[in-house]
Amino acid sequence: MEKESTTKTPPKIKGEVFIKKERCKGCGFCIQFCPSKVLAFSKEFNEKGYHFPEAVNPDACIGCNLCGLYCPDFAIFSVREKKSK
Amino acid sequence: MKPDPKTVLTGTHFLKGNDAVCEGAISAGCNFVAGYPITPSTDIIERISKRFPFTGGTFIQMEDELSSSIAVSGAVWGGAKAMTVTSGPGFSLMMENIGYAAMTETPCVFVDVQRGGPSTGLPTLPGQADMMQARWGSHGDYQIIALCPESPQECYDLTIKAFNLSEEYRVPVLLMTDECVGHMSERVVIPPADEIELSPRRYTTLPPSEFHLFRPGKDLVPDMIKAGDGYHVHVSGLTHDEHGRPVITPECQDALVRRLVNKIRQNEPKIRMVEEDIPDDSDVILVSYGISSRIVFLVRELARKEGIKAGIIRPIVVWPFPEEVFRKAAKKSRPFVVVEMNMGQIVYEVERCAAGQAKTYLVPHAGGTVHNPEDILKIIREAVK
Amino acid sequence: MSVAVSNPIPVNPVEKYLRMERIPHIWCPGCGIGTALNAFIRALDEAGFEPDKVCVVSGIGCTGRVAGYVNLDSFHTTHGRAIPFATGLKLANPELKIVVFSGDGDLIAIGGNHFIHAAQKNMDITVICVNNFNYAMTGGQYGPTTPISAQTSTAPWGSYQAPFNLPKLAESAGAVYVARWTTYHVRQMKKSILEALRKKGFSFVEIISQCPTLYGRRNKFRDGITHMEWFKEHSVIKDHPIPSDINLGFRTETIVGKFLDIERPTYLDAMNDRYQRIREEKGV
Repeated sequence: MEKESTTKTPPKIKGEVFIKKERCKGCGFCIQFCPSKVLAFSKEFNEKGYHFPEAVNPDACIGCNLCGLYCPDFAIFSVREKKSK
Repeated sequence: MKPDPKTVLTGTHFLKGNDAVCEGAISAGCNFVAGYPITPSTDIIERISKRFPFTGGTFIQMEDELSSSIAVSGAVWGGAKAMTVTSGPGFSLMMENIGYAAMTETPCVFVDVQRGGPSTGLPTLPGQADMMQARWGSHGDYQIIALCPESPQECYDLTIKAFNLSEEYRVPVLLMTDECVGHMSERVVIPPADEIELSPRRYTTLPPSEFHLFRPGKDLVPDMIKAGDGYHVHVSGLTHDEHGRPVITPECQDALVRRLVNKIRQNEPKIRMVEEDIPDDSDVILVSYGISSRIVFLVRELARKEGIKAGIIRPIVVWPFPEEVFRKAAKKSRPFVVVEMNMGQIVYEVERCAAGQAKTYLVPHAGGTVHNPEDILKIIREAVK
Repeated sequence: MSVAVSNPIPVNPVEKYLRMERIPHIWCPGCGIGTALNAFIRALDEAGFEPDKVCVVSGIGCTGRVAGYVNLDSFHTTHGRAIPFATGLKLANPELKIVVFSGDGDLIAIGGNHFIHAAQKNMDITVICVNNFNYAMTGGQYGPTTPISAQTSTAPWGSYQAPFNLPKLAESAGAVYVARWTTYHVRQMKKSILEALRKKGFSFVEIISQCPTLYGRRNKFRDGITHMEWFKEHSVIKDHPIPSDINLGFRTETIVGKFLDIERPTYLDAMNDRYQRIREEKGV
């Protein structure tokens, strides 16, 4: 088993990002500091009049939740789910 | 509710007023005192610091009166019965946090052993010039209760009363003594614990889902919780709604401030404590409180020798002011002579209640010692002319 | 363009610690206080304390509003007096975990005396100070932490007084745990807050934050991200540096890290110990 696992490529870490767009104030911290560049500003406005983030590259999300840690408005977070490719 | 008999020094003692305040607090179940040394109040915290290790209390000497006065609120929300003691300049520093206690309806006791002012003034000598500050000292509209003892025995009794009133109405209660009362030694009788009646804190019986921190109950007073009981309350000095949530609107302000004021005003007849002795044939009514009333009792005898009959009104609860008592007394148009150790404070309340029906005279005094009886007699003679 | 938003959106794990009916909070877009609160909540969750036994005490100011948003017993006190209020609360009920969360003006200027005395006494509370270099709630005046040359509404020609070095102040006054991070360092900030929460005694975490609306605007940090990028580029992590080496300047290197983690008896332990000895001596 052990031998086998060393020969395999490490499992790709897959994450999922969740966005509550109506809470967003458009500061952009999540977009700026996302290590996988998953997010970008939407062209749309939320009801408060801010451009909120959207996941333009969702497959790159590793669920590190740095977006969730930076967000001052509790509007975004990500979770990790391990999947082997 | 009765105090713990182990903490009550039942018996007859020879005590200073300040020591009696300390024993009154302990009898009332006070278990938290924060204070900062200031003459002439310091002997209260000295005795507290000596007694508390044996009564289960916590005493902390803070860095100033600002911190002492807010630590008291913190302790109350933590479940303690709390008091701070001060004098003159320290009382000035406490004003903002008296307002906080009024706004957050925190039951607690502030003791001001009054000395001569303004500023550093007369640290070792008496005054009664903080009476209006007690009523109005913090900014904004609110109402407190203030008591004025005239003897060490009353220092003991009224300290217990102060704690009881603070719990009944969830309001800061101010015990306004002075240097003379604080430092005079007299007989003080401390009753057995089972003869002392204590008002319990008005803790809610509702579960967290149904509880509102500032929803008025009986007597316009809301029920309380303590931190750690799982209610997750928010207590704020900002104008707040019944949940305690800040709401910065004139409507919310109106509802809250009216209730803060009315819960004391409406209940004034129940809170009232007045010593009143006005024989029908009185020529004049002498008004005094605290140490000044000790002189007035002497002056009353001296006046009688001159053929002047004097009645007496001594408010023991000075705030809320017993307006009804004075309105009634003013009806017969006998002049009021107000004896207080200041340049005129409570006299304006008396004048307001007299409303032109009776003349009002002041015997002013800048503080430092009690009135000379002859000064009072002079005004009495003028009043009855 | 693909937009991957699950439906329905699961609940953000921080929400159980917040009064969600009060959200959105009052802080401006790009402000760092929300990030600091976020780190605190995650640290609290990780610490595993019984939420009923945790209290947050704040003073006045932007950061002073934190108390209003946490779903815990929370107290919004008078300006500068959060620490002495917390002192009373702790002494009345020692089983409570008490966190003072407030700003630099509140804790260090008007409340500075209480800060040093609570540290001296080693009062068992955690103090989280968001330092945004100015009084933001009142419109951006200079304060005890404004760097020399920075412009504020009351220092229109640049500040000319030396700012406080808060970790040095805390350490010299007697704190047992001292750390400093910027809002860029979210993971480290969370870890330090967690350590501070678990520490017995006076623990202090300074969180240097952008204030884009007032401080940033006047000092060429055009928005929150610009200032955070600047923190990223100009912060140096050092453990246990010489306290006088960690002064904050205007657009100078910022030393961050965990600076102090020591043990000494808390006020309550010392008091109880003394009271106990006296009671035994007197046979009570």
